Amino acid sequence: MTPMHRANLSPADIPLEKPPLEPTKAPGRRKVKDAKISVRGLNFFYDGKQALFDNTLDIAGGEVTAFIGPSGCGKSTHIRCYNRMYDLYKGQRAEGELLMDGVNIIGAGVSSLDLRHRVGMIFQKPTPFPMTVFDNVAYGLRLRGRMPKSELEGRVEEALKGAALWDEVKDSLHHQGTNLSGGQQQRLCIARAVAVEPEVILMDEPCSALDPIATGKIEELIDGFRGRFTIIIVTHNMQQAARVSDYTAFFYMGKLVEFGDTETLFTMPRNQQTEDYITGRFG
Amino acid sequence: MTMRDTPDTRHRRAVNRAVLVVSSLAALFGLVMLIWILSDVAIKGMAAINWDFFTQLPAPPGEAGGGLANAILGTVLLTLLAALIAVPFGVMAGTYLSEFGKDTRLGATTRYVADILVSAPSIVVGVFVYLVLVRPFGNFSGLSGSVALAIIMIPVVTRTTEEMLRLVPKEVREAALALGAPYWRMMFGVIYRAAAAGMMTGIMLAVARVSGETAPLLFTALNSPYWMESLNEPVANLTVTLFNYAMSPYDDWQAMAWGAAFVITAAILALTVISRLLLMKRKPS
Repeated sequence: MTPMHRANLSPADIPLEKPPLEPTKAPGRRKVKDAKISVRGLNFFYDGKQALFDNTLDIAGGEVTAFIGPSGCGKSTHIRCYNRMYDLYKGQRAEGELLMDGVNIIGAGVSSLDLRHRVGMIFQKPTPFPMTVFDNVAYGLRLRGRMPKSELEGRVEEALKGAALWDEVKDSLHHQGTNLSGGQQQRLCIARAVAVEPEVILMDEPCSALDPIATGKIEELIDGFRGRFTIIIVTHNMQQAARVSDYTAFFYMGKLVEFGDTETLFTMPRNQQTEDYITGRFG
Repeated sequence: MTMRDTPDTRHRRAVNRAVLVVSSLAALFGLVMLIWILSDVAIKGMAAINWDFFTQLPAPPGEAGGGLANAILGTVLLTLLAALIAVPFGVMAGTYLSEFGKDTRLGATTRYVADILVSAPSIVVGVFVYLVLVRPFGNFSGLSGSVALAIIMIPVVTRTTEEMLRLVPKEVREAALALGAPYWRMMFGVIYRAAAAGMMTGIMLAVARVSGETAPLLFTALNSPYWMESLNEPVANLTVTLFNYAMSPYDDWQAMAWGAAFVITAAILALTVISRLLLMKRKPS
């Protein structure tokens, strides 16, 4: 694969449906086959202060990987390397290798704009833009160039259906997106992210501002995205990690303490710190 | 056990009552003064206002009739032109302060200078423009008047733009960038839109502020009893007219001055109310 060329495709070339990947849910497996992303020796610095130490793991393509760990352990810092969000801030710097389909995306010569066309992100707080529901979802599509109105409308509808929001907003597509409820806003953001068919979706505590019912809906979406997108979700909620993810990584003090398939990590953690955290003894 | 007043609590109650009375009186005093001024302006001003006031040129002293149509038009034009100059500068400077110059020395200096300029006496600005624009070109002009007003507006627009842009949550910016938007598209498509109502409010408050300025115009646009023919000549305006007429010995001119005061006050009140409404509309989103 020559992934960096994909970003240059016109929107019309991005297929709406992707062939589903083979589900790989065999329990007890430790190695990740079909790694979409391979992180090798990732270090991260805030103004010279090191926040991530030698993180190494694989992210399986088309599956859900959860990052857990106490506040300040570096999971958000880690996830923000996958779309180079840290580029925005002076004094933030990543070292090491973050290979996506074999290309080091934190290396020199990789355009963060192109990268972000392939890697979507959902934030803790819903982030609807101050525009209509339709324009919100169309925002990313319009960034990728002009397309016929009918196609744009089709893609927006598809994305809203994909985020299980269509039935609730189909009659108010031209109302402000900011007037939706919190859970709807978050699904609007998910629709906006999936509309451009990214390969990877990063979710940084996507449910922590939502009530249990809204959370359930988001988790259902994540489940349905399996095979279509590679999903990495940061969560404080260990039940959530256990429910939605295929793989789980436990971070502590900027180090990756344990990584494995979710079932094994939660039932038979190899590391004492992991066990202490998932049993609620600290964190 | 019953709660009984000790001498100490009685003392505290007395102090409480005294402070309450004094501060209420102070508030009342401010309110009374304001109402006095406004009612005086309204009563004496409205007496001078009629159809001619808005449509006729000023009449010579002693002659009945006449109006301040040229001054009203002049003030509107001078203020609009000032806004036309100040808004692009102010918005761009505010954008720099909020987006790029946050931790730079240039940013800190600009912010500091803007804050000083906001509270600089407007007559100083008038004299400054007199020295750099009026004297070298040899005549008073409407353009130099607008430049003086613009200089007063720029720091106000700059600082409100900066504040309003800063109010847009970091996450919204990151969300737009995370979709692959270049920085400028994020600014124009999302951030300015999110801050639009607040920025408009700042601009309208700046307009309201300069539309009541006299000192900067005294040295620049001066005044004129005629219709404006070009921006390179003295331009009639309400505030300087008000100043001149109020100081004149003629009763009908003094009455006109009250009319001018009323029109200016009403216009500024309207601008302020509209900008407040704009800001309130922003809140629910």
